[in-house]
Amino acid sequence: MSVAADPAPTPPPGAEGARARRLAEWVFRVRELGIVAAFALLVAVTAILEPRFIETDSLRNLALNASIFAILAAGQTLVLVTRNVDLSVGSVLGLSAYFAGDLLSKNGDLPLPVVFLLGIALGAACGLLNGILVTWGQVPALVVTLGTLYVFRGLAFLWTDGTQVNAETLPDSFLNLGTDSIAGVPILVIMALVVVAVVGQWLRDFRAGRELYAIGSNPEGARLAGVRSERRVLTAFVLAGGLAGLGGVLFTARFGTVDATAGVGYELTVIAAAVVGGVAIFGGTGSVYGAALGALLLGTITSSLIVLRVEAFWQMAAIGVLLLLAIAFDRLVGLRVEAALRRRSARRAG
Amino acid sequence: MIDQKPSYLRGAADAIVELRDATKDYGAVRALRDGNLTLRPGEVRALMGENGAGKSTLVRVLAGVVRRDGGTMLVDGAPADFHSPHDARDAGIAVIYQEPTLFPDLSIAENVVMGFHPVGGFKRIDRRAMHAQVQGLLDRLGVRLESDRPVRGLSIADQQIVEIAKALSFDARVLIMDEPTAALSGPEVERLFAVVRTLREQDAAVLFISHRLQEVFDLCDTVTVMRDGAVVHDARIADMTPDDMVRRMVGRELSALFPKQDAAVGDPVLTVHRLTREGVFFDIGFAVRAGEIVALAGLVGAGRSEVARAIFGIEKPDAGHVEVAGRRLAPGRPLAAMRAGIGFVPEDRRQQGLVMDLSIARNATITRMGALSRLGLIASASENRLAKEWAARLQLKYHRLDDPAGFLSGGNQQKVVLAKWLATEPKLLILDEPTRGIDVGTKSEVHRLMCELAGRGVAVLMISSELPEVLGMADRVLVMHEGRLTAELSRSEANEETVIRAATGQVTEAAA
Repeated sequence: MSVAADPAPTPPPGAEGARARRLAEWVFRVRELGIVAAFALLVAVTAILEPRFIETDSLRNLALNASIFAILAAGQTLVLVTRNVDLSVGSVLGLSAYFAGDLLSKNGDLPLPVVFLLGIALGAACGLLNGILVTWGQVPALVVTLGTLYVFRGLAFLWTDGTQVNAETLPDSFLNLGTDSIAGVPILVIMALVVVAVVGQWLRDFRAGRELYAIGSNPEGARLAGVRSERRVLTAFVLAGGLAGLGGVLFTARFGTVDATAGVGYELTVIAAAVVGGVAIFGGTGSVYGAALGALLLGTITSSLIVLRVEAFWQMAAIGVLLLLAIAFDRLVGLRVEAALRRRSARRAG
Repeated sequence: MIDQKPSYLRGAADAIVELRDATKDYGAVRALRDGNLTLRPGEVRALMGENGAGKSTLVRVLAGVVRRDGGTMLVDGAPADFHSPHDARDAGIAVIYQEPTLFPDLSIAENVVMGFHPVGGFKRIDRRAMHAQVQGLLDRLGVRLESDRPVRGLSIADQQIVEIAKALSFDARVLIMDEPTAALSGPEVERLFAVVRTLREQDAAVLFISHRLQEVFDLCDTVTVMRDGAVVHDARIADMTPDDMVRRMVGRELSALFPKQDAAVGDPVLTVHRLTREGVFFDIGFAVRAGEIVALAGLVGAGRSEVARAIFGIEKPDAGHVEVAGRRLAPGRPLAAMRAGIGFVPEDRRQQGLVMDLSIARNATITRMGALSRLGLIASASENRLAKEWAARLQLKYHRLDDPAGFLSGGNQQKVVLAKWLATEPKLLILDEPTRGIDVGTKSEVHRLMCELAGRGVAVLMISSELPEVLGMADRVLVMHEGRLTAELSRSEANEETVIRAATGQVTEAAA
């Protein structure tokens, strides 16, 4: 136990730094590659047991089902990264879905972009309410959005008054969005890809996006660094709401029939997708791409279990187990990396 | 006198920032009064004072973290008001905080430029420019850190470097440094000082807080001294001696503070064998004997509290073991530690020491619940009797014993924590920062109590970041640096210099 007189002439930066960097990159990639690998394995196993699973129609359905969830998961990621949560997305989706259906069945000639914009605006307004209560009201997001989950759903019931919008009353141009393809790729899937790419880039490569990570990683530190935290968190909630609104319009285009229960329970699936995709529930880490992949993986599991005629109970249990595995994996990798980094910097200093 | 003044002491008109009679209250506590401070271009000003003297509050007012309740602030001679740290930053004020404010999940580069990333087309972040800029800053500070490494896992010293880089990342006109050197080694401190001197030549103002007098005399031009929440003195460094400084900081003679009496030292009560927790502390071995007060000194983050927590069994060590009175303790079992006769007063009173919503009586007797209960029910009469007895012995100031513990002042809360452990009649008492944030009067009562305990043959292990407390109270001083024991000093060997040298790792030969 001897201590050098001169604390640590630092070792050449090359080896240590490069290793730390490689480690960090590896952890980042292994998360998303892991999901892709799990996805491939799942599809392969299911296809062997039931070859019809990889017929074009089946794969197409898979992608369509995952699309709306991927959009919601992108929005949820923005909120989760700031160490908040939005439980109201399913209700916002329901509200916006019925709104879009009702609007189009009464005004069939309304231009579709207007419908989309109004649906997004409705969702954003819901998100604004959430955000205001969380930032100015200083109420935990869990409580606020649990409350608005019920409030928005209640509004939907009041509004629909037990009625539903039927596909026959909707213009074909709108319904085609949910079924048509461009160059073999469903329009819905293209839209989801664009949304995920845009939101993902915003979070990755723009100041406002990076500040969301800072807020989630160390809220007090973000404030001291001059980050306008309230404004940023508010923005995250508004965007998440807006994306849920978009999801609602797309829900109507895809399914045609909408009543007050559209999107019930979606919030938990969406959060599960984000967590499986590597978004930390306590903020600070994760990407929109990971969350979207998580949505794809969850959707595929459900489909493959249905194809394999597994009972509904086991389907849910499987998703639960996957979630726990994902969290355990994250924790394990996190601890490993932290210990490795700690050892490394201790060596450097001592 | 006036013609002797250098440029930075002339007139108030050219001050960059000026605080006049600023005050700040937290509830009923006045944390800052008579807040007068002027920072002029090319001035390096020291802000001195004991822990709890109000330095941090003053810094937080200047940084826009808290808003002052009274007085005025002038920026470039015009009245100004900072509503947030962002406003202070816009005014050109950069702050290096004592507590870490970093984002562990993000890279060093992003930590440094957060909110001010260099951007390219479409305002997209230019990662290459960002890394180049930050790497340049790190090189200027003379450290070999990779700007794209995540901050998680950095040593305290490296974290401090990142904090400094953050403050230097924009052209600050005022740089405030709250104990920036506390965790740094000699060469790193020298480089920081070189940067500070460059800033001074560029007509920036620097406010420097440090407990190392030597640094202050080496680096600073002027000094502001605070005591008990107020600014009490403002002078040129050249007009002061270290003794002056200390006297003004403490406001009394140092020796009057700590009534240490010698006690008869007996057999070892606690023996720690090669205790190691990977990446936190390594190969820690020492003993504490009956009647002895041993201080564990070192910088914040050196791993002292972690060692204490491992001894008490809150965290499980990776290697090594602990013996109490010759019997080996089961690792990671606080209950076993309590049964063996260890009492533990934790660092964070509010979070770990007390249940704030429970009554004073219940808090004071919570460790004795087993003895007080009959058939699983706690007899409140005997609970109150025991609590009352201890309240009297510790001269606790309270309204009613069934008031929540949160109603008490900090010093009295600490007495309740002490009562709770003293009621178990421990053989070994571990005190982690026993007097942090409590008033001077209560402080010396806590010290009196420690001496009394030692006199009755209790072994005391005290962790303290206050050097006067360590030097005043301890029979023996163990010093930690970056997770290792770097020195063991007897009462006669221990002084400000030997302890600080060991705490910063500048030791040539290590003690066991």
